[in-house]
Formats: sequence, structure tokens, C-alpha cells
Amino acid sequence: MVYSDKVVDHFNNPRNLGSMDKSDPAVGTGLAGAPECGDVMKLQIKVNDQGVIEEAKFKTFGCGSAIASSSLATEMMKGRTPDEALAIKNTIIVEELSLPPVKIHCSVLAEDAIRAAVKDYKAKKNGV
Amino acid sequence: MKLPIYMDNHATTPVDPRVLEEMNPYFSENFGNAASRNHSFGWRAEEGVDEARARVAALINADPKEIIFTSGATESDNLALKGVAALYKEKGNHIITSKIEHKAILDSAKTLERQGFEVTYLEPDEYGRTSLESVEEALRDDTILVSIMLANNEIGTINPIAEIGRCVKERGIVFHTDAVQGVGKIPVDVQAMNIDLLSLSAHKVYGPKGVGALYVRRKKPRIRLAPLIDGGGHERGMRSGTLNVTGIIGLGKACQICGEEMDEENGRLIGLRDKIHNEITERLDEVHLNGHPTERLPHSLNLSFSYVEGESMLMGLNDIAVSSGSACTSATLEPSYVLKGIGRGDELAHSSLRFGLGRFNTEEEVDYTIGRVVEVVARLREMSPLYEMAKEGIDLSTIKWAEH
Repeated sequence: MVYSDKVVDHFNNPRNLGSMDKSDPAVGTGLAGAPECGDVMKLQIKVNDQGVIEEAKFKTFGCGSAIASSSLATEMMKGRTPDEALAIKNTIIVEELSLPPVKIHCSVLAEDAIRAAVKDYKAKKNGV
Repeated sequence: MKLPIYMDNHATTPVDPRVLEEMNPYFSENFGNAASRNHSFGWRAEEGVDEARARVAALINADPKEIIFTSGATESDNLALKGVAALYKEKGNHIITSKIEHKAILDSAKTLERQGFEVTYLEPDEYGRTSLESVEEALRDDTILVSIMLANNEIGTINPIAEIGRCVKERGIVFHTDAVQGVGKIPVDVQAMNIDLLSLSAHKVYGPKGVGALYVRRKKPRIRLAPLIDGGGHERGMRSGTLNVTGIIGLGKACQICGEEMDEENGRLIGLRDKIHNEITERLDEVHLNGHPTERLPHSLNLSFSYVEGESMLMGLNDIAVSSGSACTSATLEPSYVLKGIGRGDELAHSSLRFGLGRFNTEEEVDYTIGRVVEVVARLREMSPLYEMAKEGIDLSTIKWAEH
């Protein structure tokens, strides 16, 4: 597999790698994928009092494109509101990272993880 | 030390300079057609081919007349299975093989199934071995062929071929072994092992690509094969087509060198292989050996590193050529059927790396590789949510994962 420079860059210099406290009410955690499928992404967002995502973190088990997709997703989420983050579609990630067709599922997974993180945050906020 | 390091010698090997030197004159001066019986150009080519045939035969204790040159082991496997099936079908229509054979065997078997043959695919044990008992149990009155590989290409596990051969011979059934990964690496004796047909390839033993051979027993019993390729009746009518003289010369020389240097080379490769295994398992937790602990090819090491994915390891190890059973590295996007076949589970199949040591790997390269693997796996584990969860004491098997 030949990777685009952007994938290699995110793989070598992942942005926002790490974890935040799951129990923090301001933190939403999303998990997507499954180990037997070869990729699992964990995305976390921290929303400030103004309702803006001020911090985003990821950890990913998966191929280089999966790692790059989640790394890019954290970059794109920061500065948006959770609802705005939902507008990040997998096609934007595909385009930004020049992912080949066989790696499109990595971007879909990133979109799933964004949705899951936002959903978790909203559920906490609404006390569900 | 030169980078990148090549450590994928199950896939292919570089041509040994001594092999290349032997081949060279046959491209230009001795360019004749080995089938030209009426002039010296043809005679010289034929002499070279005869010598190569004798060298290949000697490595497996066969008679030179029993060596049929082919384009490689895929052709040899196809010829063995389809050639036997075509000529023995009056005797029966049942064939036995294993689930973790090379695709050249499995896909040939599938073709035969479509033609009405019945195929039993044996389950190997957790180390990838096909037992004598499982073969015995599967034998039927209408079994015409048993094909079990000598050693597996992904995990290096060596099968009890001599035991299986004896049992199959007693029943008067044809016995084929795909010996591509084993010939030249471990001693092979077609007489002592009761092998009727054996596939081998030049490019796995430091010879050129595009040439291989099928050993076809001539006596006790004489094995008959229907050719896949018709034409000028070369190779006792079993494989027509002008002989690939340069390739054959290379295969012969490669076999000769393997025979002479096997003992010494094996000692060295086992030392290097075990060094990689021991040092990596000392420095990293949750590393699992795929394959048999002892009944394994000297140059073969397949490890699974829990919580990290194979393709990302390969990407991290960008200056070392190894391979992985991860889905992302396969054309089919499925994890290795061999690792699944030995019950490894998809997760560990995705996390595997295969180290294939070879004649030209040095200890310095091995030391460098160990350091890089430890570094890359440690880094990827820091990135892995699975590793984090495992460290928190979460049992990953209890989580309900979303399918995708």
C-alpha cells in the first residue's frame, strides 16, 4: 500500500493523541469499530461552557489510514459545536487524506466515532 | 548495514550470486534450445539441463528422470492435482487436503470440486500441523489423492510427512506434497517419506523466479499425469514447451548449494530466529507465537502482537521488509486464512507479523530489527484504545462492538 503524504504525516505525528476522563460530564466518548474487523477508534470531545469543543482526543487500533482518519477528525472537531461536528462527513476525510477506495471504510469509521462521541456528550448533558 | 532490510524470505529470495554466475552463459553463448538434437547449441543446452535435473533430484533423493520442470510451484501444484484427478477418476473421486494449504492447492481443489470431485479439507491443530490420525480418518475407498504441504508458508509449521506418506502408500493412494517452503531448508527424501509427487520452486531457494519442478515417481508405483499444457511432448509428455534453460540451470545450482550448506545455514538461521523471538518477548508483553514451537522451519517466525494492527506495524517498520496476516495487507481484505485456520481468531490474525530470515541476513540486521519492532509496537500500543482498556482491566471479549 502506498500512502499519501498526509496519511504518513498523521501516522508519524498524530494530532491530539491521548485520553480524557470518561466520567467528566463535559467529555463525550465515542467508540467505533471492532477488534475482529481490524480497527477500533476511540474519539473524545471536551465541550466548554460556551458549548464549543475545546479539546478532542483519539486512540486508534487499526491501519495507517484509520489512525490518520481519527487524527484528522480530532483536528476538524476542535472549535466546532457538537452539532457542527456532526457535519463532518467521511467524504471530507477521504478527500483531505487522499484515501484510496479500499480505505474509505476508515473514514466511515471516523464519522461513526464522531457521532458516537457527540451522542455520548449529549446524553450526559441531558442527564439520560 | 544497508537499509531497507529484507526479511520476507518466505515470499521470495534474492538470487545467490553463485546461481547467477552459473546461469549467465546460458543467456548468450549457450542459448540453444535443449530440444534441438541436431547441433552443438542444442547439445550444450541439453547437457546443462541434464546436470540441473540431476542436482534437483539429488536434493530430494529422486532419480533425475523423475523431475519435470515447470514455470513454478503454482503450475506444479496444478499439474499434480488436476493431472492425477484426470487419470485416476475411474478409481475414485475423493481427494484429501488441508484447510491451510497454499492457494495453488486450494483453488485447484475447488476447480476439481466443480468438476464433480469430492474434497475433504482437514483441520490442522492449533500449531498448524495436520496429523496422521486426521488423514487416516478421512481416507475412503474412493480416495485417489492426498495432498498435504511439507511446511506452511505463513507459520512455518512442518507436517509429519513421512508418517502420512507411509500410511497413504499402504492404501495405494497417490501422495502429493507442496514442498515449496521446505525443500532446500530441511532434509527431504522422497523415498524415505514415500512421496509420489512433490512441488518445488526456484525463487524460494535463492534461484530465479519463473521456474520450478514437479517430482513425479516413476517406480513403485509409476504415477501417471494428464498434462495441463499440450505441445511438443517435452518433459516426458507431461509439460510441453521449450525448456526455460537459464531458469533450470539456476534452479539446479540453487538446489546444489542448499544441499551442501543446509546444515550450517540452518544452525545460523535458528540462532537468529530464536534471538528475535526471545528478545522481543522479553521486552514486550502479550506476544504470541503462531506455529509450532519446535516443528518449524529454521528461518520462520510468526508473532502476533496483541492490541496493534498489522498494517500499521508494517507502516511503522518502513525500513524493514516483513509481512502480516492482517486484512488490510491482503488483496481480499480478509485476515489470513491460515491464522484463522489454526484457531487464532481474527483479532490476533490482524496483529501478526511474519519474519522470514534468509541466507543474506546478518546478526546486525537482526539486532536492528528487534529494536525497531519493540519501538514500533510500544508506540502503537500507546495509540491503541484496546491496550488502554486491557490495562484498565476491561475484558475486551465482554464489550459489545458495533459491526461495520
